[in-house]
Amino acid sequence: MDPMEQIKATFFQECQELLADLEAGLMALETGDNDPEIVNAVFRAVHSIKGGAGAFGLEELVSFAHVFETALDEMRAGRLAMSTPAVKLMLRASDMLSDHVSAAQGQTPADEQRSSALMAELAALTQDGSASAAAEPPPAFIAVPSAASPGLDSDEPVPDEIGFVPLRVNLDPPPASGWRICFTPASDLYAKANDVTPLVRELERLGPCAVHLNAEGLPDLDVMDPEAAYLNWTIDLSADCSRDAVQAAFEFVDGDCDLTIEALVPVSQAPPAMDLESVLAQARMPSPPPSDGEIQAIIDQVVPSVQVHMDQTKAGASSVSSDHPQGDAAPDAARSGQPSGPQATIRVDLDRVDRLIDLVGELVINQAMLAQRVAESGFARSSTVMVGLDDLEQLTREIQDSVMAIRAQPVKSVFQRIPRLVREIALSTGKRVRLVTEGEGTEVDKTVIERLSDPITHMIRNAVDHGLETPAERVAAGKPEEGVIRLAALHRSGRIVIEVSDDGKGINRPRVRQIAIDKGLIDPDAQLTDDEIDNLLFLPGFSTASTISNISGRGVGMDVVKRSLQALGGRIAIASTPGQGSTFTMSLPLTLAVLDGMVVTVGDQTLVAPLTSIIETLQPKPSDVRLLGPQSRVLAVRDTYAPLIDVGAVLGWREQAANPAEGVCILVENEAGGRAALLVDTIQGQRQVVIKSLEANFQDVPGIAAATILGDGRVALIIDVDAVIALRGKSPASPTFALAS
Amino acid sequence: MSLTVLTIDDSRTMRDMLMLALQGAGFNVVQAVDGLHGLEVLAESDPQVIITDINMPRMDGFGFIEGVRRSERHRGLPILVLTTESDPAKKDRARQAGATGWIVKPFSPDKLVEAIRRVAA
Repeated sequence: MDPMEQIKATFFQECQELLADLEAGLMALETGDNDPEIVNAVFRAVHSIKGGAGAFGLEELVSFAHVFETALDEMRAGRLAMSTPAVKLMLRASDMLSDHVSAAQGQTPADEQRSSALMAELAALTQDGSASAAAEPPPAFIAVPSAASPGLDSDEPVPDEIGFVPLRVNLDPPPASGWRICFTPASDLYAKANDVTPLVRELERLGPCAVHLNAEGLPDLDVMDPEAAYLNWTIDLSADCSRDAVQAAFEFVDGDCDLTIEALVPVSQAPPAMDLESVLAQARMPSPPPSDGEIQAIIDQVVPSVQVHMDQTKAGASSVSSDHPQGDAAPDAARSGQPSGPQATIRVDLDRVDRLIDLVGELVINQAMLAQRVAESGFARSSTVMVGLDDLEQLTREIQDSVMAIRAQPVKSVFQRIPRLVREIALSTGKRVRLVTEGEGTEVDKTVIERLSDPITHMIRNAVDHGLETPAERVAAGKPEEGVIRLAALHRSGRIVIEVSDDGKGINRPRVRQIAIDKGLIDPDAQLTDDEIDNLLFLPGFSTASTISNISGRGVGMDVVKRSLQALGGRIAIASTPGQGSTFTMSLPLTLAVLDGMVVTVGDQTLVAPLTSIIETLQPKPSDVRLLGPQSRVLAVRDTYAPLIDVGAVLGWREQAANPAEGVCILVENEAGGRAALLVDTIQGQRQVVIKSLEANFQDVPGIAAATILGDGRVALIIDVDAVIALRGKSPASPTFALAS
Repeated sequence: MSLTVLTIDDSRTMRDMLMLALQGAGFNVVQAVDGLHGLEVLAESDPQVIITDINMPRMDGFGFIEGVRRSERHRGLPILVLTTESDPAKKDRARQAGATGWIVKPFSPDKLVEAIRRVAA
């Protein structure tokens, strides 16, 4: 990639980080935290976006960022109050800025009307606060011609449409043949690391220079400050250049020196007796260097005294640094205190990480196989070989965890998009919402994070749109006008849990029930528990909004949320209290690469059941099994009944249903919370298995989620609990697929 | 031997751009992400010219310049500040802090090299 393109990609990446910082900062300000460092950080974010945008000529982004930055600068300087309306406006401006960034990336173009309206609002904000020139047009971000040639770009005659080039008549006096420059540095010029040599060098780029040093200003040695400037120079520059060009050479010392620039007598006004050749020759002639004698005299005079002052300066300098310890002590503070400098990170191609994860998976399998072989060879548990193997197992496990951690990322990347979403929905629904997020640092696999984004977005939409009441309704219910949406992430028993809760009206169960009846989803006489009614929301095609709003109703219902979570091995649950609000809890595996499973035997096959869906295992008594028709059986589990499913029969491995009394039942719960008892022959044990995709390596198999390789090298299939329950009663889709055993 | 330039900017984009332009012009480059980090890097490297941004977390460009000017070993180093045209007040403030010169953003590689040439001993 072209290096500039690469930097541009970096810029857009950085923009996302800066936008997140910006929003986080503004939200902190909104909650009343008025730490000046937050305002600074917010300002810097916009400033950096503008800076980078300028470099890439992204003019619309620059214009907007400029106005935004001006307002923030006013706030930073304390000239603009950090009022709630101002911060709210800035939050909207940060959304707009984000749109401009997307537009600059060639995505959706930004809404120009909204942009100009916001710019006007921002400008008005600063004009209210002060007479500052916020509304002045943003600086033209065109690469400015080099400072050595100012003034040459603007007044060139430009041809008009018919190609006529206006004649340029120069009424200015003819250019000087050169310039006499008198340069007297201010006494602290050198303290800023400016020097005369580079200045003369600059002038020499314009033309030949005759440099004359005036040492008359040199004080008595006793009172001389060796670091101050006492000398001055007269430089005759022979060049046909503008005064501005000469001035430009002194740009950096402007204000730190006395500078006069006078035209040398122009050629045209020179005495007629002098011919051009001789004038130029004279002008170009450097003044004669001082004689050796003169130089020696100055040196003799200066050296001893300079030595004395040098010693004093050294002593002084060390006392200065102890008087002002900040400069030298600061790095120490950084070393001991905050993390210093950039975080030590490297960017690695995701494919490489995945390859590593894959290899570690193989390593885990290999280690397990080795352990099994060794165990079969009859080594004693206490033998050095077995102890060594235990260590290897431990190490393999640690490697696996570490590698998995590489793919883990904080959920922050998903969470930081939510505040904007909430603001937009709140705006269009007229509700007042405060978003509280918790556990942004919770880490989970990158792929899981990516796929979490949509379900979370949808649930947040629902929470604001359906969950919260309007301000008027809330006041009438004795609640604060502002509703609270809480988005939290946490780790719980090896899974990540995402909770979206609101303090709204809760699920209107009678209405949900009625809708389900109207839509023919349930029987009118059905007796449903509260939980069952709540779970109706997950049925396909269910929508409680009386009108399809453009917020929640986009043809995507909770059923889609649920299905996409299930695809990730996730679950979703609802808890709702009328008048107090609802909480949606999603739980997902931390990684999609390994799974804790229960290894079971069915017929001559070994299967793995995901531990997360298992509630308990039990040994059924014949009396607990009831027949419901010729095919259906249920198992009495304490005071309820669960359908009894013979896994072997459902998967088509045996024709005759097994005798429950000879097997073991695994009580499982599907994603909808429905329970079933899976009948298997024996339970071998519990272990972590590396998931291998069946689709990628073989083909999709009904009732099977994936495969894994066991310690003995055999392939074991991982049961898709939901699919197995769904397959119940249907004839097996693919009656036989035998595995090598 | 080619000159070593220390660049200090909290923006990765800007650091990358400076690096590209400076290395293209044959300079060695060392980088820092803010003023405090700049002082640390300075203690470990030996640049001949410093280019610093102004708005940075932890320690801004002004603080950094003042720090350098107080340091016995480094106070003579030329320091160029990166600034935008819109803030002449910043230029003055930077000069008061002890900046040697400035580079107006956005800069072309030529302009950058020219500014370095104008301050390098």
